[in-house]
Amino acid sequence: MIPVQFDYLAPESVEDALAALAEAGDDAKIMAGGQSLLPVLRLRLNSPEKVIDLSRIPGLRGISEEGDTIVIGAMTTHSDVVESELVGQHALLLQKTVAEVADPQIRHRGTLGGALVHADPAGDIGAAALALDAEFVIVGPGGATRTVPASEFFVDLFETAVQEGELLTQVRIPKHTGWGARYEKFVRVAHQWAIVAVAATVKMEGGTITEARIGLTNMGSIPLRATSVEAALLGQPATEEAVKAASATAADGTNPPSDLNGDSDYRKHLAGVLTRRAVLAAAGS
Amino acid sequence: MTLIEDRPDIAVKEIGRERLRKEDQRLITGRTKWTDNITLPGMLHMAMVRSPFAHANIININVDAAKAAPHVKAVLTGADLGDGQGVLINAWAITTDQKTPVHLPMPSARVSFAGEIVAVVVARTAAAARDAAELVDVDYEELPAALDLRENAEDKVLAHPDLGTNKSAFWKFDSAEAGTGGNVDEAIATARAEGIVIERDYRQQRLIPAFMEPRSVVVDPTGEQITMWSATQVPHIVRFALAATTGVPESKIRVIAPDVGGGFGGKLQVTPEEWIAWAVGRRLGKPVKYTETRSESLMAAHHGRDQWQKLTLAATKEGKVTGLKVELLADLGSYVAVVGGGVPVLGAFMFNAIYKFPAYQFTCQTVFSNKAWTDAYRGAGRPEATFGIERLMDELANELGVDPFVVREMNWITHEEFPFTTVAGLEYDSGNYEAATAKAKESFGYDALRAEQKQRRDSGDRVQLGIGVSTFTEMCGLAPSRVLGSLNYGAGGWEHASVRMLATGKVEVVTGASAHGQGHETAFSQIIADRLGVPFEDVEVLHGDTQTAPKGLDTYGSRSLVVGGEALVKAADKVIEKARPVAAHLLEASVDDIEFSAGRFSVKGTDQGLAIQEIAGAVFVAHNLPDGMEPSLDSDATYDPINFNYPHGTHLCALEIDTETGQITMRKYTCVDDIGNVINPLIVSGQMHGGLTQGIAQALFEEAVYDDSGTLVSGSFVDYLVPTAADMISFDIGHTTTPSLTNTLGTKGVGEAGTIASTPAVVNAVVDALRQFGVDDVQMPCTPERVWKAIQSGGQKQQVPTEAAAVPHFDESEGGTP
Amino acid sequence: MTRITVQVDDESYTDEVEPRTLLVHYLREQLGKTGTVVGCDTSNCGACTVHLDGRSVKSCNVLAVQADGHEVTTIEGLAKNGELHPMQAAFHECHALQCGYCTPGMIMQSIDLLNENPTPTEKEIRAGLEGNLCRCTGYHNIVRAVQTASGQEVAS
Repeated sequence: MIPVQFDYLAPESVEDALAALAEAGDDAKIMAGGQSLLPVLRLRLNSPEKVIDLSRIPGLRGISEEGDTIVIGAMTTHSDVVESELVGQHALLLQKTVAEVADPQIRHRGTLGGALVHADPAGDIGAAALALDAEFVIVGPGGATRTVPASEFFVDLFETAVQEGELLTQVRIPKHTGWGARYEKFVRVAHQWAIVAVAATVKMEGGTITEARIGLTNMGSIPLRATSVEAALLGQPATEEAVKAASATAADGTNPPSDLNGDSDYRKHLAGVLTRRAVLAAAGS
Repeated sequence: MTLIEDRPDIAVKEIGRERLRKEDQRLITGRTKWTDNITLPGMLHMAMVRSPFAHANIININVDAAKAAPHVKAVLTGADLGDGQGVLINAWAITTDQKTPVHLPMPSARVSFAGEIVAVVVARTAAAARDAAELVDVDYEELPAALDLRENAEDKVLAHPDLGTNKSAFWKFDSAEAGTGGNVDEAIATARAEGIVIERDYRQQRLIPAFMEPRSVVVDPTGEQITMWSATQVPHIVRFALAATTGVPESKIRVIAPDVGGGFGGKLQVTPEEWIAWAVGRRLGKPVKYTETRSESLMAAHHGRDQWQKLTLAATKEGKVTGLKVELLADLGSYVAVVGGGVPVLGAFMFNAIYKFPAYQFTCQTVFSNKAWTDAYRGAGRPEATFGIERLMDELANELGVDPFVVREMNWITHEEFPFTTVAGLEYDSGNYEAATAKAKESFGYDALRAEQKQRRDSGDRVQLGIGVSTFTEMCGLAPSRVLGSLNYGAGGWEHASVRMLATGKVEVVTGASAHGQGHETAFSQIIADRLGVPFEDVEVLHGDTQTAPKGLDTYGSRSLVVGGEALVKAADKVIEKARPVAAHLLEASVDDIEFSAGRFSVKGTDQGLAIQEIAGAVFVAHNLPDGMEPSLDSDATYDPINFNYPHGTHLCALEIDTETGQITMRKYTCVDDIGNVINPLIVSGQMHGGLTQGIAQALFEEAVYDDSGTLVSGSFVDYLVPTAADMISFDIGHTTTPSLTNTLGTKGVGEAGTIASTPAVVNAVVDALRQFGVDDVQMPCTPERVWKAIQSGGQKQQVPTEAAAVPHFDESEGGTP
Repeated sequence: MTRITVQVDDESYTDEVEPRTLLVHYLREQLGKTGTVVGCDTSNCGACTVHLDGRSVKSCNVLAVQADGHEVTTIEGLAKNGELHPMQAAFHECHALQCGYCTPGMIMQSIDLLNENPTPTEKEIRAGLEGNLCRCTGYHNIVRAVQTASGQEVAS
């Protein structure tokens, strides 16, 4: 199908983009990679008057390191993230998670920032960003910059801390060098959104888990952190029994959806199983 | 001169050769002619306004804003089109008292499924048409919708209130009444007293054919004839139905199916979209085009399956089957589609399958609902039947505590018993179930997998192995016209072919079959190359255009080769017989002394001879022909099959079930099919791979799900789960060969075999893995959730409908900035 | 209308397009590159796959204006001087197509797959094609075609 008519703007700087956004107000949609926006427009679920394409802004794409932090431009494509040695070395969980996003064509085009701001609860990357304590650099009118921690970034279904008139410019990930990682994604067919997924990254010393971070995908309206499991894993050996016991509370306090692929209770059950598997795999990797 | 030196190309027999396909060149280079590619001068584009409600009265349609939109040429409603729009026919009233609601392409008073067209916008561009379609304002008065098959059969809510009932037709076959077997109720009563009775309710979920090319239609009303291009499997049937319902003489109608991107039964239809394009094109006098979106396709192109099966199998306590009673409810959707009600009837003769049932009864009640109409989907009736019986045979084996093959061997027709007249009254001409089974078991490594299964079971492994069996047969090659007549079908089952010998020695073959991916151009070339002894490359196969192929009944029901191919053979043989006297005349010999072999007419006992191409040249110039001979070798044949044919096979599926999550992983799939003689093994294997995948997808992935208001929830490929490469495995495919005795080439149909056989093999494997937990059924699709819950339930009966909700991924709210 | 200049199959085109025009519609309707087809409206099926600056994208999920200044290769630009691309040849030799509707996208994605991983395992091939639906082949022969094009041993 064909989208509605809209004006297309391709600003070449963040300033111009913010100005265009300010002028258009809520009649505009920002397009990053466009991989979720274009289906929305084609299905005519949304009819913006303006589409502001960020892809011609230099500097929003790229991966670098600043001390203990990996800095990823919001417009960096998924494939760039997957192919990045820096990410692989210091944020393995992010790399493994992004590798599971959609399919190769979408990963070539879709962007890290776009997917995060889209904030589909079944989207993969939120759980990893949460688990890695990512920070989000948001620029607002007049260039005002603020940094929001992952714990405050996801607000609701398809809603983040990025307000009207603002842009996400960077995702900053504290280095988790040497941490093992696993993104355990449960689907019925490969091109599906996650029914449930668990992003786990752990730090091991000897055979013992010294730190663990666990993010849950599609277990509620936003990505969730399984903090009780993280706490329970501390100091535990990476054995099936220990990790299983610690994972038992993975679904506590979650409110996953019921749909064609499974009801809420089934998802809660899956969360426990997948958490155990993700942690064990992460501990072994 | 030896033959080989003279004619190197034809020394090798073409039939049986793995010829690479002639069709591929244009398809791999993008030089294809899909209907949507067609652009004509001044062509207008159509967009449909579709009802969002499953059942509603149309109170008012305001088209003013749409008419005023840029580039719009017309906005038309059902009332505007009136009688001129024609009507969509049902070609198979399965009973003489079948209730068949009038199916207007665009109704003006009431809609009866979500997706039904209520207005069409015609504009200079597709985008403008779509824009204006959004401006059409329709007032609906929503009516209660009939959405549950079992409740609909009790007339709780009426899909068409004016009919007074949802029941369309009740069809029955009873072996006692037909004289083909005993009384099934007596057999069941006896079994209850002293044998085994297996009673099950199985659900055949609703599926969507999901061909890859969305449907598209172009109508050009300019010129003496009106031409329609359509992405259809059935150009000839469309032409006939247009003539029959729109008042245009058949001779003024040309229907072309150009390159068609898959059908699987889904394009075997006369569609509202075609009829509306026809009406609009004629009314405006301009070429028009309509191409559906995938969402429209999933919502409004016909669906398949959708049955409840109540099955009762009677057997002796030793496991010898004594009776089978089948009671079906079949959902027609909101209208009776072209073959709609007939689909379950195609299964009526197949529930008894390869087994020697002494008594059999089949009844089917077709029922209306406020959902999309149903019709043929790959296998059409036979997958449902095969599923039912193959699941029951496994249940019988379980009851007896024996391997599933034991009950099958005890009950199947042995190879010495052919030809065999079944309890359903069909004569199976040939087959060898023992041979196919032996080969399949060996290739599969049956015993080793059983051993592994036992080991996993004994050790309580988290991953359990399931092994599923399906020993299927099917009736295909639709169909002997007399049989169709006896079933009250509205047409025959013959096929037509012409063979034209061109002056240059090339051969044009015209077939009434209409390929859409099957590879007819290649396979038919092979047949003709062998039959006439001409090079494969010199044969051109023409099809899919009622002007070049004026006579035909198109492609479905695994019929093209066994019916269309036989017509081809008969036409080719006529060419040879016409050429023979010419050869005799030119070689100055008696006709009786002329022999034809490998493309050459020769005089017995001499080295004198002429190639068929030379004869064609001589006939073309016509300078020196026998007195009174018509100067043409061209020949036609119309072949009406004398019987169906009965491919069969043994399919084996091994799959792993993660008992913690219910996730299923395919491990191995072996099938050994007997499809008679094979024209092109490459094409056959492709048909098997694709067919298997569709059958496996029914077992595991696909379902058309409606919510409580009658909205199709699985309305895009996000939620209608067509499997990807990553969800499938490589298949182990083999053959045994028992030539069919009902056609010259000894072939049997293959197009649907994989789909028919595989679904029960997979579900039997799922149940086999779970039997240890007390489970004896998992409703399709066997989702991880259903599997896991079955394990948790410990065998408690549960028929859990799929949760009729899909979470949105393409959000309409404000926040998303993808 | 917006003016764009796009290199498509080694030729440069300058055209006026509506911003809402999808790349696939631009290719099909303005350039007549009808070899690239549309199979869905949710970017699941991959039938419209082309290469944009050498990497596979779904051309239904890119606006034509976004291709301004970039290079597009479609199925129609693969064969050079009448010689099939090895992937096209492999699809033919392995009978990796039936109706052929998914084929352009499938071939374009398969080429991208080998560009990124010249000797993939069967599992990697299957995963690499997860964004392309085929309804005819069951993928069996498509996998073999990719193996063949990669110069690897192919099981039957």
